[in-house]
Amino acid sequence: MKKRQKRLLLVAGGLAGVVMVTGLVLNAFRDNLVFFHTPSDIVAEIVPMERTFRIGGLVEDGSVARGDDGVTVHFRVTDTAVAVPVVYQGILPNLFREGQGVVAVGSLQEGGVFKASQVMARHDEEYMPPEAAEAIKRAQREAARTVGHPEGY
Amino acid sequence: MTAEIGLFALILAFLLAIAQGTLPLIGAARGDTALMAVGRSAAYGQVVFLGIAYAMLTYAFVTDDFSIAYVANHSNSLLPTQYKVSGVWGGHEGSLLLWVLILGLWTAAVATFSRSLPREVVARVLGVMGLVAVGFIGFTLFTSSPFERLIPAALEGRDLNPMLQDPGLIIHPPMLYMGYVGFSVAFSFAIAALIGGRLDAAWARWSRPWTAVAWAFLTVGIGLGSWWAYYVLGWGGWWFWDPVENASFMPWLMGTALLHSLAVTEKRGGFKNWTVMLAILTFSLVLLAAFLVRSGVLTSVHAFAVDPDRGLYLLLFMAVVVAGSLTLFAWRAGSVGLGGSFQLVSRESALLTNNVLLVVAAAAVLLGTLYPLFLDAFGLGKISVGPPYFEAVFLPLMLPLLLMLGFGPRLRWKQDSPTEQLWRLRWIFGVSLVFGMIWPLFVGNWSFLAGIGAFLGLWIIGSSLKDLVDRLRPRRESQQTLGTRVRRLGRSYVGMQIAHIGVALAVIGITFVLGYDDERDVRMAVGETVEVGGYGFRLNSLEEVRGPNFDADQANVSVFRDGQLVTTLAPQMRYYFSQEQPMAHTSLHRGFFRDLYVNMGEELPGNAWVMRVYYKPYMNWVWAGAILMALGGFLAASDRRYRMRVRREDEVPDEDAKLAAGTAVKGKGDGAVPNPAG
Repeated sequence: MKKRQKRLLLVAGGLAGVVMVTGLVLNAFRDNLVFFHTPSDIVAEIVPMERTFRIGGLVEDGSVARGDDGVTVHFRVTDTAVAVPVVYQGILPNLFREGQGVVAVGSLQEGGVFKASQVMARHDEEYMPPEAAEAIKRAQREAARTVGHPEGY
Repeated sequence: MTAEIGLFALILAFLLAIAQGTLPLIGAARGDTALMAVGRSAAYGQVVFLGIAYAMLTYAFVTDDFSIAYVANHSNSLLPTQYKVSGVWGGHEGSLLLWVLILGLWTAAVATFSRSLPREVVARVLGVMGLVAVGFIGFTLFTSSPFERLIPAALEGRDLNPMLQDPGLIIHPPMLYMGYVGFSVAFSFAIAALIGGRLDAAWARWSRPWTAVAWAFLTVGIGLGSWWAYYVLGWGGWWFWDPVENASFMPWLMGTALLHSLAVTEKRGGFKNWTVMLAILTFSLVLLAAFLVRSGVLTSVHAFAVDPDRGLYLLLFMAVVVAGSLTLFAWRAGSVGLGGSFQLVSRESALLTNNVLLVVAAAAVLLGTLYPLFLDAFGLGKISVGPPYFEAVFLPLMLPLLLMLGFGPRLRWKQDSPTEQLWRLRWIFGVSLVFGMIWPLFVGNWSFLAGIGAFLGLWIIGSSLKDLVDRLRPRRESQQTLGTRVRRLGRSYVGMQIAHIGVALAVIGITFVLGYDDERDVRMAVGETVEVGGYGFRLNSLEEVRGPNFDADQANVSVFRDGQLVTTLAPQMRYYFSQEQPMAHTSLHRGFFRDLYVNMGEELPGNAWVMRVYYKPYMNWVWAGAILMALGGFLAASDRRYRMRVRREDEVPDEDAKLAAGTAVKGKGDGAVPNPAG
C-alpha cells in the first residue's frame, strides 16, 4: 500500500507539474504574441492602442528626418495606399533607405504615430523583408478590388 | 577541372554512403561478417572522397576560379586568403559540403574508435550513419551542388558578405556542425540498439562519450554564434531568440537532457526507452534546424537563399527519419524492459526532473519558433513571438533546475535522505543566499533577477566545490596520497563539475548583463563626452582609414573612469569595395567585470556621428561559462572507462554497487583492476 501511495503521489505531482508548466507556457505565449498590421489597417483603426505589434511597408520617399538631438528619427511607412508616421530613437540599420522595405516593432501612440522600439531593414541587397512585401501586396490587392482592376500588378 | 573532380568525388562518396547504409545492416541481420565489414571500409572511403571534394572547392576559392558559380558568388580576388578558405562555408552549398565532410569525419571516428565493440553493433551503427549520409550527400548533390559552373565565367567575384569576414565566423559553423552532426552518432547508436534489440548499460556507455563530445562542440558553436552576434552584428545583443538561434538551442537543450539521461542508463540501467527517445528527438531537432535555416522559411541573417526544392527535400528527409525511427521505437521499445527501481528522493529522480524541465524548455522554444511559421504557411496571418515570451517561460523553468543543480549531483542513486543532504549544504545555501542578494549592490541598484542569478550561481559553485572537497578528503585507514585521490575522482566526474560551474558563471553573467547593461545611442561630435555606465566616452577625432578590401571612417574614442584614461577605442564604419552596404565594425574593451563597447551608426552634419555606446557588465562571464561547459563535456568524454575495453575505473564505490551485472558485459574477468562491486 505504501509503495502504491508513493507512486500515486509521484504521478499526481508529475501531472500537477505538467499542468502548471503548460499553463505557464500558454499564458506567456498568449501575452507575447506580436501581430502584424499594415499601414492600411492602422488608418482603418482596427489596431488596438498601446499593444506591441509590427508594421511593414516601404520607407516613403523624402519622409526621413532626423531630430536635432541626432538620435530621434521620423519617417513614414507606406504600403503604397496609405502612409503611417513612425518615430524611432536610435541607430537605423545600415540598409535602411528611402524607398526600401522596412519592418518596425512598436506600438501606436496618441495621434496615430507609431513609436518603434526596433527597426529592421533587409540585410542583403536582394532581399525585401517578407512583411514589407506582404503589406504592399495586400494594399494593392485591395486597390485592385475597389477600382475593379484586374488581379496582378 | 577542379569542379568536375570535386563533383565526381562527391558522387563516389554518395555511392559509398549507399553501400555503407545497406550492406552492413543486411550483414548484421544475416550474421554475415564480410558484409558487416563493409561498413568500416566504406566509411573510410567516404571521408576520403568527401575530403577530395572539399579540397577541390577550397582550391577553387584560393585560386579565384570564378567559373564556378558558388565561388563567384562568395569570393573576390581582393578577399584576404584566410577568408577565402573560410568563405568555402560562407554560403548554403559550401556550408553543406562542410556539413557532409564533418559527418564523414564523425563516421570515420566511430569506425576507428569502435574496435572493442561487438561486430554487429558496429555494423548497425555505421549502417545507420551511412543512411544519414545518403540523405545529406544526396541533398548536396541533387539540390545544392557547389560545383556548378558559371558560363560564361565571371571576371570578378561578388565577395563574401562582410558580416562573415570575421575570425569568429571562421570557426563558428565548423563548431556548430561538429555539434549538430555529432548527435547523429548518438542517434545511430540508439537506432542500432533498437534494431538489435539490445538496449543495455553497455550501449549507454558506448554512446555517452560521443554524445558528450557532440554536446560540447554544439556548446562552443552556439557560444561563438552568440559572440559573433554581439561583436559583428554590432547590436550589442548576444541572444535575440531569433528563430535560427532557437534552431540551434533546441537540440542543445534536448542534447543536455540526453546527456543526463544517458548517465542513468549507464549507471543504473534505467530510463532506457526515454534515453532512446531523447536521442531520436535530439537528432530530429538537428534536422529541424537544418530545415529551418536552409529551406528559406525563415528570414534572418543566417537564412540562405530561398529554393523550394531544398525545403521540400529536407522536409521529406526529416519526415522519413522521424517517422522511421519512431515506428522502429514503437515496434521495439516494448521489449526493452525497465531498469532498477528508485525512490522519490534519489539521483534518478533528480535527473528525471532535470530531463523533464529541459524537454519542456525545448518544447516551449519549439512552440514559439514554429507557431508563427505554421500560421504563415497556412495563410492564417503574420505574427511573431518576441523575446518576452521566451524570457517569461525560461525563468520559471530554469529556477528549479538550477536550484536542483546544487544538490542533485550529491544525491545517491536509488535512495537518499533529502534532509541529510540539505542539512550538509545548509551553510553553503545560507552563505550563497546572503552574498547572492548583496552582490548586485556592488554593480548597481538592487535587482531581483540579478540577486537570484548571483544566489544560484554561488549555490552551484559552492556545492560543486564542497562535493569536490568531500571526495578528496582522506578516508579513514586509507594510505592514499592526494594525487591518487585526485586521480580517483575520474575525468567524467571532474568534467561534470566543471560544466556545472560553467552553468553557474553563465547564469551570473546573463542575469547581471540583463539587469545592469547600459545601452545608449547618442549623437557625438568631436570633443564631446558622454557618460555611460559610470564611464566617460570622449570622441577625440574622426579619420579615414584604408583596409585590404575596404575604406573606413574611424572614430577615435577615449574612455575615462574617475578622470583616469581606461582605454582608447577605434570603431569603424567600413565600405567594402565590392558591396553596396556599409558595415559597422565594433570596437570593444573587454574586462573581467565589464565590456565597453562602441559602434558607429550614422554620420550627422557638424563633424558628428550617432554612436552606440554600451556598458556590458559581466559579459565575459557568459562566454567563460560556455567555455567551461564545453571543456567539461570534452573532459568527461575522455574518461578512462570509455576507452578501456575491460577495466573500469572505479569512481565512487557507492555508485558502482550492483550495477556491474548489467554493464560490464564483455570480458569482465580479465581486468587488471578488480571491480570493487563485482
